[in-house]
Amino acid sequence: MVPEQEIQWIAAVTAAACALPGVFLVLRRMSLMSDAISHAILLGIVLAFFVTENIASPLLVAAAAATGVLTVSLVEVLNRTRLVREDAAIGLVFPALFSVGVILISRYAGNVHLDVDAVLLGELAFAPFNRLVIGGRDVGPRILWLMVVVLLLNAGFILAFYKELKLTTFDAALAGALGFAPGLIHYLFMTLVSVTAVGAFDAVGSVLVVALMIAPPASAYLLTDRLPAMIGLSMGLGVVSALSGYWMSYLLDVSIAGSMATMTGVVFLLVFFFAPERGLVAIARRRARQRWAFAQTMLAIHLLNHEASPEAAEESREAHLHEHLRWEPEFARRVVRGAERTGYVTRVAGERLALTERGRVAAREAVGMGA
Amino acid sequence: MQLPDLFTDYTLRTVALGAAALGATSGALGSYAVLRKQSLLGDAISHAALPGIALAFLLTGSKAPLVLVLGAAAAGWIGTLLVMRIVESTRVKEDSALGIVLSVFFGFGLVLLTFIQKRPDASQAGLDRFLFGQAATLLQRDVVMIAALGGIALGVAALFWKEFKLLTFDPDFGASLGFPIRALDVLLTTVLVLSIVIGLQTVGVVLMSAMVVAPAAAARQWTDRMGAMVVLAGGFGALAGVSGAVISSLAQHVPTGPTIVLCLTALVVVSLTLAPNRGLVWEAVRQARNRRRLHTDAVLRDLNALAVQHGGQEHVHSSAVLEAMHPGARHELQALEDRGWARRTGADGWSITTEGRREMERRGGGGGEEEGA
Repeated sequence: MVPEQEIQWIAAVTAAACALPGVFLVLRRMSLMSDAISHAILLGIVLAFFVTENIASPLLVAAAAATGVLTVSLVEVLNRTRLVREDAAIGLVFPALFSVGVILISRYAGNVHLDVDAVLLGELAFAPFNRLVIGGRDVGPRILWLMVVVLLLNAGFILAFYKELKLTTFDAALAGALGFAPGLIHYLFMTLVSVTAVGAFDAVGSVLVVALMIAPPASAYLLTDRLPAMIGLSMGLGVVSALSGYWMSYLLDVSIAGSMATMTGVVFLLVFFFAPERGLVAIARRRARQRWAFAQTMLAIHLLNHEASPEAAEESREAHLHEHLRWEPEFARRVVRGAERTGYVTRVAGERLALTERGRVAAREAVGMGA
Repeated sequence: MQLPDLFTDYTLRTVALGAAALGATSGALGSYAVLRKQSLLGDAISHAALPGIALAFLLTGSKAPLVLVLGAAAAGWIGTLLVMRIVESTRVKEDSALGIVLSVFFGFGLVLLTFIQKRPDASQAGLDRFLFGQAATLLQRDVVMIAALGGIALGVAALFWKEFKLLTFDPDFGASLGFPIRALDVLLTTVLVLSIVIGLQTVGVVLMSAMVVAPAAAARQWTDRMGAMVVLAGGFGALAGVSGAVISSLAQHVPTGPTIVLCLTALVVVSLTLAPNRGLVWEAVRQARNRRRLHTDAVLRDLNALAVQHGGQEHVHSSAVLEAMHPGARHELQALEDRGWARRTGADGWSITTEGRREMERRGGGGGEEEGA
């Protein structure tokens, strides 16, 4: 494979691997734990690096994942003192761990291949240079295989614990009562988030980890009500964002990670506006439709009230609607036209309106006198 | 280097002053964010500010601090409004909305920064200091700007003191009194944005959120009064700013931003453990004292019961009897004697005193079972 293809494979696999735990983070309202974990693991990476002096050592991944779990438990410990709320606890823990990591790097690792920019921002363009060689044969970029393993791990965990995850996510109390150990599931899951963050962090940097974990699942959340569909859609949207982001960066010659994050945002924005049922446009159209339907029913009820009464001649004039229903003349004209089209009213002798049989039925139903 | 250098060393003095000014501002205004459960909004705002800095530079070609900071403020403000809008009009929750705005804006900022770097004039140098902050690059004009904008932010907060307090604790009540709660919300957010963007050059976008959360979280432990909390948080922020600047100047290769954050973390740890009333140490002391009191009460009750059963308080029992009734009683007997509620006769004969009986009566009828509850 040429490097360009390899980068796209890495981007796509990373996006898919991040989307899987992301779905449950979004549903469990713990999205920002991904932010906290992806920053705090810097400390674990630095410490493990000091021990091994090898940036490619698997110990780095293990140490980073352990720091991720440490972050989660520290937040929980702080939260349990009830002296600070959970959001503040997150905001206290990860900057502290991250700061220690940054100070260690700048003080002791100044000249080695480990700088804050690289870990925080990631440089996908260099990823293909780091090869995985097994038995003297080059089998591809190391990071690609790492992310494939992470993806399989995530998929395996979700398949194996699907029922438990679903139950603890949607009804933790019931899960506890049924003996599903929500605490254990929670920690297993957060370990998985940490491992994913470490792998992705290596490829794309910590901030993009947040984008890939949160934005595609949040978009999918607006498109479907079913968990399996949400998982599939999240992976799909993640991969689409990653690949289109790659091409955007290729065309504009800018940061790959930044472009991928931007594209996850663009996808979310598109869904935010145009989702079939929950998008802003769909909501606005539904509201408008309801407004017209309501106005037409109002007109029918008004006509029904005065039907066959002495003042009927006066009340059923179109011009009178302004006075009685407080409708602007233009609005009234449009409502009448709409009601004529729906078949609720007909015109008699020019100005006067009369209910049709259909309009009478609709008005009776609306005021609860139907059938 | 010695401490007096703080007053003579120009760079150190500039950095310390700047850090103090921004610490005071973000600390005081962070109180509102923490009390309104919006601690992580600061994180989103500071990340969202990055594309604003880059765009301000792209559009004006200027690197004047005021231009960049205003660009940052505009982007941070848009990001915050977007979070509010997403939460209001979809079922996406606040944590996800914050995460999306934070990472997407930051990613877009990176795109713009790399785009600027590729330009031939290469005049971008210095923009990336906003990522992690480089306090050493602070100049006097930067400090003046930090102080001026911070002063405006604090001034607005002082001017709308009552309104912001109402908004923080009971917005519904505020609305029913006729206050324009929504407008006040936007105003408070604007002020918060301002207090965050002035710190980006010193602390960087990644760590700025700690400047908002930590001083307020520490101050909260010492007081239950809003006014005291805001002042204390501002003081903590300024203190951490100055000490972070001094400490990082004492050693080589110790960046200022992270050092300030660690100073803040130390303040938080001290506050969480030692603050009177709420602190963990006092809580532990209180619990130990309560536990002790329960034990002492139990032994006093036993003595009383023995006196009633044996027809008078003159009847003595050895500590072994009491130990059998309540393990650990030997310890408590001494405490009871010290308070004058028990009397020792001979080497090991214990009985209740008149004082002790009166105490039992005072607590409700002599043999009360509710004592242990």
